[in-house]
Amino acid sequence: MSADYVLQTIDLRKDFKGFTAVDDVNLNIERGTIHALIGPNGAGKTTVFNLLTKFLTPTTGKILYNGTDITQMKPAAIARMGVIRSFQISAVFPHLSVLENVRVALQRKEGNSFHFWKSEKILDDLNDRAVELLKSVGLEGYANTITVDLPYGRKRALEIATTLALEPELMLLDEPTQGMGHEDIDLVADLIKKVSVGRTILMVEHNLHVVSKLADRITVLQRGAILTEGDYQTVSADPRVREAYMGVSEDEEVIDSSDKAKQAKSEEVEA
Amino acid sequence: MKINKLYLALFIFALIAPAALYPVFLMKVLCFALFACAFNLLLGFVGLLSFGHAAFLGTGGYVTGYLMMNAGVTPEIGIICGTIAAGILGAFYGKLAVKREGIYFAMVTLALAQLAFFFYLQAPFTGGEDGMQGVPRGHLFGFIDLSDNISMYYFVLAVFIFGFWMIHRTIHSPFGQVLKAIRENEPRAISLGYNVNDYKWVAFIISAALAGLAGSTKTLVFQLASLTDVHWHMSGEVVLMTLLGGMGTIFGPLLGAGAVVTIQNYLSGGELGNYVSIIMGVIFVVCVLAFRNGIVGEINKFVKKNFGH
Repeated sequence: MSADYVLQTIDLRKDFKGFTAVDDVNLNIERGTIHALIGPNGAGKTTVFNLLTKFLTPTTGKILYNGTDITQMKPAAIARMGVIRSFQISAVFPHLSVLENVRVALQRKEGNSFHFWKSEKILDDLNDRAVELLKSVGLEGYANTITVDLPYGRKRALEIATTLALEPELMLLDEPTQGMGHEDIDLVADLIKKVSVGRTILMVEHNLHVVSKLADRITVLQRGAILTEGDYQTVSADPRVREAYMGVSEDEEVIDSSDKAKQAKSEEVEA
Repeated sequence: MKINKLYLALFIFALIAPAALYPVFLMKVLCFALFACAFNLLLGFVGLLSFGHAAFLGTGGYVTGYLMMNAGVTPEIGIICGTIAAGILGAFYGKLAVKREGIYFAMVTLALAQLAFFFYLQAPFTGGEDGMQGVPRGHLFGFIDLSDNISMYYFVLAVFIFGFWMIHRTIHSPFGQVLKAIRENEPRAISLGYNVNDYKWVAFIISAALAGLAGSTKTLVFQLASLTDVHWHMSGEVVLMTLLGGMGTIFGPLLGAGAVVTIQNYLSGGELGNYVSIIMGVIFVVCVLAFRNGIVGEINKFVKKNFGH
């Protein structure tokens, strides 16, 4: 345990009425890395993600952020501690301007968000910083556009700019390239690489091309449990990962039955 | 700049209106317009459909009425107390209601408002079915006699402008920005670190207090506080006013309230008096089916399409 972990989960588990979506997951996210969570459909990636961001409450297990137990905290509270999430469908405020989107994020630290008797003009002080953030994602030309009119890839870029405004220590990205065309995927992937400097990123991602390009470390989930973990070479060479993606093969059933045998054994021991 | 000219024009119109129109009618419009504006703060700018705003209108009315009749206070004190009482009730109701969303929010507010209705029906000081009648208008600041309709009208206008300005300020404040963000995408607002329920709660209190202000003023105008104001029909009527005028617009509720009050006044005096509810219902249906953005919303769209770029 010499490595510096930003986020750890200990035996994280989530049951939905008799169905175990996440089964004793132990994740260790090292500081300063891009960590990818992959796995076939229904593997529980999004559930894990929602547990980490507190949008769901785990049945059992613990979540540690910088060593602090955050298992029982509310989503807004962990956001204020520096854990900022993104969403699968782009999370922007569609009828605010692009600039206002970023400004709403900057505004929180000003401590005037309950001041209903003040003019919103005092928020103009934040404009320079907001434009700077828009520049960093290549959106400076769109500052006054109403967000709903932006193309999809740009909305994602805006979402990243908004997230950056909070200076997060840990960014949790839920399928950042989902539903995008090729140019947009590269644009967003480059952007993630760029903003990862000095931060830790945990991303759920389907696109293996993006994962191979970005991730320092990969955790593969299957049926709610961790299948394997390692860098891209290790993981992609693992035959079990191929099977998980390509379908059930003879070998996997062997693994399953051997697991069951082990389980039976341990039960015997307990008994 | 354009909007300022519009405000100025409306203000001048409001100043000279009593020369041409019946002042009591104008005061009624202003009271309901303020009520609808307060309601619109929640529906249009936070996305919360309250179905119990009559409780706050009525509370403001009863408290002001009671104080005017029994405590002999001046009207401005009576109105302030009514507003505060509605705000306090709003703080209780809001705390419970903001925990729920969508239809559940509407149902919680409706249930709580019915609670208030039955309280006012049974409470000894409200006069039950008869209501509080003959509430004196009193002397403003102790020396301006409000029994004269024209001075009453200018007082109501001042109250309305204050309430309207409060709402305008709230919408265009740092707080209003967060409210809009919550309306637009609540999970995202949470993920940015905002405790959205607290913001909804504060907005609910402001809205309730201003609805109370409208109710207090209305009681003085009609010298009457009655169960009509706390009945759920009233909660429905304010929804109609806001939707008809255009929710989420500043002027929508104003225009909607004006239209509804005018239609009601016009019809109730004529042969169609018995059909007021049916006609209002038809208008509601047409509004929801054909021009969902309301009058102001449709005008905005038209202007944007033809004169925008």
